Amino acid sequence: MMSTEPPIITTPSAEIEPGHSLWQDAWHRLRQNKLAVAGGIFVALLALVCLLSIFIAPGTYAKTNLALGATAPSAAHWLGTDILGRDMLARILMGGCISLSVGLAATLVSVVIGVLYGAISGYVGGRLDVIMMRIVDIIYSLPFVIFVILILVVFGKHIVLLFMAIGAVSWLDMARIVRAQVMSLKKQEFVEAAVALGLRKRRIILRHMIPNVLGIVAIYGTLIVPSVMLLEAFLSFLGLGVQAPMSSWGTLINDGRKSIEEYSWLLIYPSLFFSLTLFSLNFLGDGLRDALDVRASKD
Amino acid sequence: MPLLEVTNLRTSFHTRHGIVRAVNDVSFSLEKGDTLGIVGESGSGKSVTCYSLMRLIPQPPGRIEGGTAIFDGVDLLKASPEQLSKIRGKRISMIFQDPMTSLNPYMRISEQLIEPLLIHEKISRDEALKRAMAMLAEVGVPDAAKRIRSYPHEFSGGMRQRVMIAMALITKPELLIADEPTTALDVTVQAQILDLVKKMQRELGMAVIWITHDLGVVAGFCKRVQVMYAGRIAEHAATDELFAKTAHPYTRALQKSIPALQPKGAALYTIAGMPPDLSRNIEGCPFVPRCEFAQEQCKQPVALKDITPGHATACLRVQKNEITL
Repeated sequence: MMSTEPPIITTPSAEIEPGHSLWQDAWHRLRQNKLAVAGGIFVALLALVCLLSIFIAPGTYAKTNLALGATAPSAAHWLGTDILGRDMLARILMGGCISLSVGLAATLVSVVIGVLYGAISGYVGGRLDVIMMRIVDIIYSLPFVIFVILILVVFGKHIVLLFMAIGAVSWLDMARIVRAQVMSLKKQEFVEAAVALGLRKRRIILRHMIPNVLGIVAIYGTLIVPSVMLLEAFLSFLGLGVQAPMSSWGTLINDGRKSIEEYSWLLIYPSLFFSLTLFSLNFLGDGLRDALDVRASKD
Repeated sequence: MPLLEVTNLRTSFHTRHGIVRAVNDVSFSLEKGDTLGIVGESGSGKSVTCYSLMRLIPQPPGRIEGGTAIFDGVDLLKASPEQLSKIRGKRISMIFQDPMTSLNPYMRISEQLIEPLLIHEKISRDEALKRAMAMLAEVGVPDAAKRIRSYPHEFSGGMRQRVMIAMALITKPELLIADEPTTALDVTVQAQILDLVKKMQRELGMAVIWITHDLGVVAGFCKRVQVMYAGRIAEHAATDELFAKTAHPYTRALQKSIPALQPKGAALYTIAGMPPDLSRNIEGCPFVPRCEFAQEQCKQPVALKDITPGHATACLRVQKNEITL
């Protein structure tokens, strides 16, 4: 077709790049957001340290030293010890493990269930959509705390149950958000084109709908993590979560609260770790939103 | 036997403001390898006709009220979802008006191109990719081997429409429905896309239904034309005949509206008035309020009738030989 092109023009046609996906573009924008990068690095490092602490000093978090008792931070115990003489750094790192994994697990549950549920409901529409969304409404209307207390009382206080209880409610928002996105997405022409190409519903949902909502899902997912961690802390604070000698940030803060006047470090350090993590995750989530949703960001 | 035979197709939309009869008793047929142009202004029902055939009408609010569309022995309007997915994209393909939104922004061109092959043919991924690359080169995307790894947003509008055409034709369909595929493109690219479809039609021997509001496109491309107005067929003829022996006042008015055919400096011709409100039942000829030849008798029901073999008009007065246009 292009045979009449004058031969003088030397086109550097060999240098076409393989193409940047919208994800790669978003990653590029995210990296320029210093706060988000710092937040991401902080959480990643913390998670790594928490994980390593299990392997380097297993069981330290539960080792009591009644003779020592509560001591202020020192060279031997960087963050001090609690009333039973347990090393606070070890307990905080162990608590970090629990808190972060609760956050991660519940987020995973909410992403997998919420995205599939919302995408199916939104794409299929009609009566199925009505039924699926009313189920969500019903679960929504259950008083969450009573629901969790009931589960934990009936089935016993087990950490897996805690994961499941939190996961069971945290997918609801995700399902609603994804459904709304999919409903607007399915009016787009490329979906019509996909139908015209003979694609079945299943394939359209999995290949065309879900990749298009993943941006929103990633943003919302990073924002669920801190809210779930708060929830776990709240439950642990009420004595419904992780049981001693296991520790989570919620239980540590609760313990520290009781002795705030004599041993302030028992409250300050767990709270510090907790809030820093929450801050970091929120910064990361905000950064992701700016990076993935170009229209909503300020520039 | 014709490849596609549509009889008495009626599609309506049930809206809050009443029932809009978007397609009202449309019949036509298409032979293998034939090219049919469907012309009409916005809202005349030309797109809805084809969307009905592909069963792409959103239901609700849309509803196919009646009629048949026999494609190779299968009634498309009543086919099961399984039958439909075997026909869509394999035997009947479609290209759309706006290439900017017809491609999934999150998938590489290669992934989208091989999708119809993967679902319709027993073929390996590598094999499919090879064919996709050949097809992309065929539709005139330079450096296809590299560009195939790009994403849609890295392509221009014309290039995207070429990708859409490649996607539609990669399964070698027997019928291509083109819904104003050049409307969103600039004039030079329009001509290229037209030539491309012509070339592909020659190579694959497929039939084409070309929906457009541009009579110029029809003149250069289609063997037969049907002019639609207010959800009905106003005139149906071979292309030369439509221009030489126009048999409906609306067709004549459309021709007069082509700016290039008018003397320079003259005020541009427009058809006075607006298309009728389709949510109201129109008894007689829907063009009456805008027609310069309209009489009282035009308000009674009128059917499409052949005036010469293969040339049908829905104008009562032309049928009665009272007026010549």
